[in-house]
Amino acid sequence: MTARIGVVTFPGSLDDRDTQRAIRVAGAEPVALWHKDKDLKQVDAVVLCGGFSYGDYLRAGAIARFSPVMEPLLEQAKAGLPVLGICNGFQILTEAHLLPGTMLRNDHLHFICRDQKLRVENAETAWTTDYSAGQEIHIPLKNNDGQYVADAYTLDKLEAEGRVAFRYLDFNPNGSQRDIAGVTNEAGNVVGLMPHPEHAVEPLIGTGRTDGLPFFTSILKKLVNA
Amino acid sequence: MSRTPLDTVEHAAATPDVELPWAELGLKKDEYERVVEILGRRPTGAELAMYSVMWSEHCSYKSSKVHLRQFGEKAPESDAMLVGIGENAGVVDVGQGYAVTFKVESHNHPSYVEPYQGAATGVGGIVRDIIAMGARPVAVVDPLRFGAADHPDTKRVLPGVVAGIGGYGNCLGLPNIGGEVVFDACYQGNPLVNAGAIGVMRHEDIHLAKASGAGNKVILYGARTGGDGIGGASILASETFDDAKPSKRPAVQVGDPFQEKLLIECTLEAFREKLVVGIQDLGAAGLSCATSELASNGSGGMRVTLDDVPLRDSTLSPEEILMSESQERMCAVVEPEKVDRFLEICEKWDVIATVIGEVTDGDRLEIYWHGGKIVDVDPRTVAHEGPVYERPYARPSWQDELQADDANKLPRPATSEELKDQVLKLVGSPNQASKSWITSQYDHFVQGNTVLAQPEDSGMIRIDEETGLGVAIATDGNGRYAKLDPYHGAQLALAEAYRNVATTGAKPLAVSDCLNFGSPEDPAVMWQFAEAVRGLADACQQLGTPVTGGNVSLYNQTGEAAIHPTPVVAVLGVIDDVARRTPVAFQEEGQLLYLLGDTREEFGGSAWSQVVHDHLGGLPPQVDLERERLLAEILISASRDGMIDSAHDLSDGGLIQAVVESALLGGKGARLIVPDGLDAFTFLFSESAGRAVVAVPRSEEVRFNDMCGARGLPVTRIGVVDGDTVDVQGEFALSLSELRETHEGTIPALLK
Repeated sequence: MTARIGVVTFPGSLDDRDTQRAIRVAGAEPVALWHKDKDLKQVDAVVLCGGFSYGDYLRAGAIARFSPVMEPLLEQAKAGLPVLGICNGFQILTEAHLLPGTMLRNDHLHFICRDQKLRVENAETAWTTDYSAGQEIHIPLKNNDGQYVADAYTLDKLEAEGRVAFRYLDFNPNGSQRDIAGVTNEAGNVVGLMPHPEHAVEPLIGTGRTDGLPFFTSILKKLVNA
Repeated sequence: MSRTPLDTVEHAAATPDVELPWAELGLKKDEYERVVEILGRRPTGAELAMYSVMWSEHCSYKSSKVHLRQFGEKAPESDAMLVGIGENAGVVDVGQGYAVTFKVESHNHPSYVEPYQGAATGVGGIVRDIIAMGARPVAVVDPLRFGAADHPDTKRVLPGVVAGIGGYGNCLGLPNIGGEVVFDACYQGNPLVNAGAIGVMRHEDIHLAKASGAGNKVILYGARTGGDGIGGASILASETFDDAKPSKRPAVQVGDPFQEKLLIECTLEAFREKLVVGIQDLGAAGLSCATSELASNGSGGMRVTLDDVPLRDSTLSPEEILMSESQERMCAVVEPEKVDRFLEICEKWDVIATVIGEVTDGDRLEIYWHGGKIVDVDPRTVAHEGPVYERPYARPSWQDELQADDANKLPRPATSEELKDQVLKLVGSPNQASKSWITSQYDHFVQGNTVLAQPEDSGMIRIDEETGLGVAIATDGNGRYAKLDPYHGAQLALAEAYRNVATTGAKPLAVSDCLNFGSPEDPAVMWQFAEAVRGLADACQQLGTPVTGGNVSLYNQTGEAAIHPTPVVAVLGVIDDVARRTPVAFQEEGQLLYLLGDTREEFGGSAWSQVVHDHLGGLPPQVDLERERLLAEILISASRDGMIDSAHDLSDGGLIQAVVESALLGGKGARLIVPDGLDAFTFLFSESAGRAVVAVPRSEEVRFNDMCGARGLPVTRIGVVDGDTVDVQGEFALSLSELRETHEGTIPALLK
């Protein structure tokens, strides 16, 4: 058997087809979800992909957070459904308060696209077990609003609880506090990050590395073994 | 508010003596008289609006048409051509049932006035051309030209243009995979913002801009129509109304990439369900263009009710609605029984869609407003039968003097130390420096099919995941060469783009061009244009790569000072398996470096002459198209058969520029030996065309040399990939870290 992983398309989502491909490359079955869907079609996990949902108008992720599909998603995520938010998906998860903190415009005020070095800080979430803690990986990053911020109390708490999942290494591309590239919720089923693992799953494409594939193999193993 | 009576066709016929502001709308007296002659009466205000925009230089190609015909007349036989010049974009067969459409257009003037929106809507416009052919857009490229890098206005224009291209293209989810950035004082006040796009479809999905089948509905969908982008129409409007409304509307359009993204998805879904008979995007000249082109390309006429056009501003006059260039709009022709489904898909994507008219069995385009008929024309006279000018042209008086000012006579470096200093100066000069500050503001990765992106020689996109079929695109154009000799300069632009595609392992198939020149009313500029077109058409014929479409941008000048003639040429290529692509970066130490082609003392128009001597004179490098073809064949074979691991074409900056780029990208240095018969200076800086540097694994050395020998391509061993310096033996060595600092530091320092 394999796992069915949903990918939500909002108006303005861009990496939905790429994310579906990454899920396929890992050996799982991608299921297209539409933002107006009122149920999640019994998927085993959901990815909120990158893009500019609703044109990033108002604030990145702020409108998508109120889409019909978010209702069942919020409910099931709180009950343990694995959810991964990539870039715009991460922004939506913070807007929906499934993950703490928020994203501001990059400190240098430019869109930035680069091959970014990261350190895996937590290899025990639903999406990171195929990494090892402390592993250094390269994942493409591309965003305009990627500066992760939270109050000091929240940041201290995240660090104390091991909930910083990824940190930027060598170069902080957007001014994120404490070099935070991604975080997880307490239960470890909801993970959000700014870099794009779905763009690093095939050796020929993009930067030529496959460092993003373990996201998708991690969840597949977890779901198949469950 | 007082209001004059609606200027209907009837009213126009009854009031022949009413004076219309044809001159303010840009028509010449004889052009206006021709409109009157065609109609047999004076035009209505709405008709005048349509004729004036459609007969503009931008839409009618009235100055360039007589020359552009050569692209058709000299077109080489090509099995690859599926749709040629005249449609929204050309379409090329790339095999396995796939067709690729691509085109380059200019958005020069708006981008100077308002850099962000000008550049953004340039991307939006070219992408709609691609969708209108039935294709999913898969990549964009942006050839850019700016004034001097250190001019204060460049700091205003460039960051805005780059942010606009990124802001729009990134939000559409289109990887930006290529293009160029060139600085030259001649573009001060006239920056060139060209935008290219590629789309992919199956053969059976090709759509055309035509309205056929009486009773079929005309659906306008996308953004509401507003007052943006109206140039002259406000003059007409102010004739009709008194001053109860804003008199001056912005002439630069404002883009909304989110709306365009919805338009792409919604249009592709309608195509998938085969709901569309004909389609046209709304770009320059807005509804005037879409209705007259759809109607004149189809078999019948068209009736449109302008009152049904959804408006952003309810005070717009019918003339303004017809001329508005509001972005993110398209027009589809749909059979009546499929209209409901079409509207449903639009609703799914939250796209406003409205039936505004229908195809008739007559041959007139009729437009109604408030119950009155305000347009009644033969659409062909609007769209295709505009004025054609045989503008006078003459070789400029200064051309001989310019060519006589031989760059080969400029003082050359006398010592190794001087040679080294000039190398550093060159690789750190704005034109030769790394453009990553710019390109890192563009998304290269989205869609997950990018195999190569800038600074590679060509951008490459995978189009089939199973077979690995891919396409490559490169754009090039050297205004300095073209100024010295427009005929050969245009050929060199083609040769370079052709070579760039082949260097990455793809077979060049077809050409699109964006011809940027000064005023056609200046005989010297017109001569440059005529020469460039002739040169390009001849070269396309010889290389077997037909021109599939393109764009002409004239009047790029301020006062008497025209830009360098700048024909930008895009070449599209195909590669059977993207796994065979060849990158620029050196891959492994120990691999052997070979120079392919002949190196001559050619410095006219060179980067060296510009950077070291601020000089432009002499003749550009010789053109040998048969050599280009042979070089391309060798590069493609070597790539396919695994004989080379990296390759870089030689162009501006010569060999040293290419080697430094390959070394920095690969993080591996090179030891170079000056070959017998060449001096170090010529070896490093000459810009002879038809050359490339390749890195050959030692195991392939014999096979590679045998192939070049058998095919008659000159090949010279010039060194080896090695260490962390670029070492020209007997002359100098430069560390990669110093080269990197010089090469990558320039642009951020200028623009931050």
